[in-house]
Amino acid sequence: MKRVYLFVPLILFIALVALFAKGLKLNPTEMPSALIDQSVPEFNLPSLASEQKMLTRADLVGDVSLINVWGTWCPSCMHEHPYLMKLANQVPIIGINYKDVRVDAKNWLAKLGNPYVVNVFDEMGTLGIDLGVFGAPETYVIDRQGMVRYKHVGVVNERVWQERLKPVVERLRGEG
Amino acid sequence: MKSFYLRIVLLIGLAVSGPSLAAIDTYKFDDELTRERFYQLSDELRCPKCQNQSLGDSNSPIATDLRREVYRLLNEGKTDQQIKDYLVARYGEYILYRPELSGHTLMLWLAPLLLLAIGLIVVLILVKRRRAIPATGNLDMAEQQRLKALLSDAETSSDEESGKRD
Repeated sequence: MKRVYLFVPLILFIALVALFAKGLKLNPTEMPSALIDQSVPEFNLPSLASEQKMLTRADLVGDVSLINVWGTWCPSCMHEHPYLMKLANQVPIIGINYKDVRVDAKNWLAKLGNPYVVNVFDEMGTLGIDLGVFGAPETYVIDRQGMVRYKHVGVVNERVWQERLKPVVERLRGEG
Repeated sequence: MKSFYLRIVLLIGLAVSGPSLAAIDTYKFDDELTRERFYQLSDELRCPKCQNQSLGDSNSPIATDLRREVYRLLNEGKTDQQIKDYLVARYGEYILYRPELSGHTLMLWLAPLLLLAIGLIVVLILVKRRRAIPATGNLDMAEQQRLKALLSDAETSSDEESGKRD
């Protein structure tokens, strides 16, 4: 038996430790969206502002924009809201008011300000399911043709905007 | 006395233990088979928010919504495969507790077999090595004589040593 073989368990052990250490640092909530490079799904839902006004996919598409999924029931959305107000003059933000109470959502926007160009009222979360939403807030970047090009799960803040969303938005704007 | 307390503890345990499916909805099914399929799917699909729970286990809002969606699709007469495809298209492969066999899940499926094969090879090699060493206890004439010589040598030298000490 060669001496070198005695080191095999040690090497295996070190390899396992390295593997697990990497696993510990991975963020399991960061999942690739199945919808990347897919079209924004078709829908027919009322706007938040008015029950009578129905919105479809065509109302959202046309410009490079963000789609922000939010709800008054979601504490992180509260945390995110002031930054969206700042961001609103840099990029159009489309809101999807996800599984919310209409009055609550309207009051929230009246009180805290409205960063959204338009808000879809998705009371039952059906559009959410078609988008693959599993919690709020989530933010999608869509291009002019209405394709989903990027998805961010969690709060959008200065760092997320500068490092992740802005580069995508600028690239898509360049695509013409 | 001890067994009395044990009984009490067991009874309390029974009283507070819940059913295995934590989330209960009130869905009506047309037939037993659809109900079975619903529970099977709820068990095989993963809740995207809560990571380590199935749709059936989880009480999170998204799991409730997805169970409702599974129920709706079942009533529309979709097959299990169609329902899974529908959810994979929205939430990705992640949602399947039993991922499909495809290019990037190949490793996942083959790794256990591969490891088993490596283990078998290692065992075979070890067994072969052991076989290669002659394990017979029989010595031929020459070896017997050498053994005797060695033993008597050892005896005389130990005698000498003990003699010196005296």
